[in-house]
Amino acid sequence: MSEPTPALQTPSQTVGPFYGYALPYAGGPELVPGHHPRAIRFHGTVTDGAGEPILDALLEIWQADENGALMRELGSLDRDGFTFTGFGRCATTIAGHYTFTTLKPGAAGAAAPYILVTVFARGVTHHLFTRAYFAEDAALHASDAVLRSLPADRRDTLICVSEGVVGGSDSYRFDIRVQGENETVFLDFDA
Amino acid sequence: MTNAPASQNEITAEIEAIEADAAARVAARVAAGGSPELQPRRDYAPYRSSLLRHPTHELVRVDPEEVERVSPAFGHTDVNVLESDLTIQHAGEPIGERMTVSGRVLDGEGRPVRHQLIELWQANAGGRYVHKRDQHPAPLDPNFTGVGRAITGDKGEYSFTTIKPGPYPWKNHMNAWRPAHIHFSLFGTAFTQRLITQMYFPGDPLFALDPIYQSIADADARARLIGQYDHSLSVPEFSLGYRWDIVLTGPKSTWMESEGADE
Ligand SMILES: [Fe+2]
Repeated sequence: MSEPTPALQTPSQTVGPFYGYALPYAGGPELVPGHHPRAIRFHGTVTDGAGEPILDALLEIWQADENGALMRELGSLDRDGFTFTGFGRCATTIAGHYTFTTLKPGAAGAAAPYILVTVFARGVTHHLFTRAYFAEDAALHASDAVLRSLPADRRDTLICVSEGVVGGSDSYRFDIRVQGENETVFLDFDA
Repeated sequence: MTNAPASQNEITAEIEAIEADAAARVAARVAAGGSPELQPRRDYAPYRSSLLRHPTHELVRVDPEEVERVSPAFGHTDVNVLESDLTIQHAGEPIGERMTVSGRVLDGEGRPVRHQLIELWQANAGGRYVHKRDQHPAPLDPNFTGVGRAITGDKGEYSFTTIKPGPYPWKNHMNAWRPAHIHFSLFGTAFTQRLITQMYFPGDPLFALDPIYQSIADADARARLIGQYDHSLSVPEFSLGYRWDIVLTGPKSTWMESEGADE
């Protein structure tokens, strides 16, 4: 084996419209079963610059568990119904809507918890990263590097709307506006 | 917009104008010690679907937290080894030019990305996807679905057995055709390395005409999406072979993904 040599990254290309029979999988949107006593509904609509729903978006979420710990468990693709892996994948409906069933991530230390959300779609040449924070953690938001750096109106695009208990589970709405009025803040990681 | 669809000549002229502008700016930036343009433009008008689907605000640069510095773990309990052979998923043999696509998944330092998930999907030899929104009148192949998955090996290596996909028409503009390609989805050791992209085949005459391929304005960066024919990967009396190594972003010492991409 030769020594590793630095190489330039392979560019991204759009996921296109035809991933639907390939990337979504059974159980992808259910990080925990709906009957889990602390399951939350994490959902929203993805819209474009004309305010129209994006009906061919693919969303992925990645998050810590209830204690703020990140998982190294296998089984995201073949869920056993008990193991929390922290990863989920969901295609939007013809109404541009997505729904995950998951757990609310816990805070790691003094950091504000959030769900990392990745958006892929036809017309999106390079995926978009954003974070969904929770309004009830406002005390922790004051020290969050990202939220602190944003003007108030843009900051609000990263905070879920708490909808209370819906169908027996706490429900959080996180709409994603790819372009235009109230455009969601998207992130570029210095990594 | 109610404009009539553009002609290929109009799209090609748009592509060429952007490329000429990018070439001049990249040359100046690289001469000043900066980064070449490594990623596609998010706002790339020749690709009409990008017009309403790119953010108008600049992305907010942030240091990744632990969530972004790690990645979900996938393994052999998630993926059956047979899923890397797309030619054995049905009772009969699929129509088309049988081939293997092999390579390695690396990070920006050239280190292997081990034991991670790699997914692919593609059209059949006639350019048709098994997808209800693909309605163009090429035949479906009852012996080909076009979906594969694998877990990379100790050296970051992967290998799929499949057939060469055909080009297909789409509705971006009048008489628009995509060059033959295979869609790939990859995870790294950090979620920041997540990548969905497409692999192309050498010498495709449709490259210059395709606004998706050309959304990467830098010719050297585009060329990284082309698999290379490798006769040593061919199997006598059975298949041809292509090699394609995939390099993810990071670690931190490599160029930033979006530097200059959306100026
Ligand atoms: Fe495609």
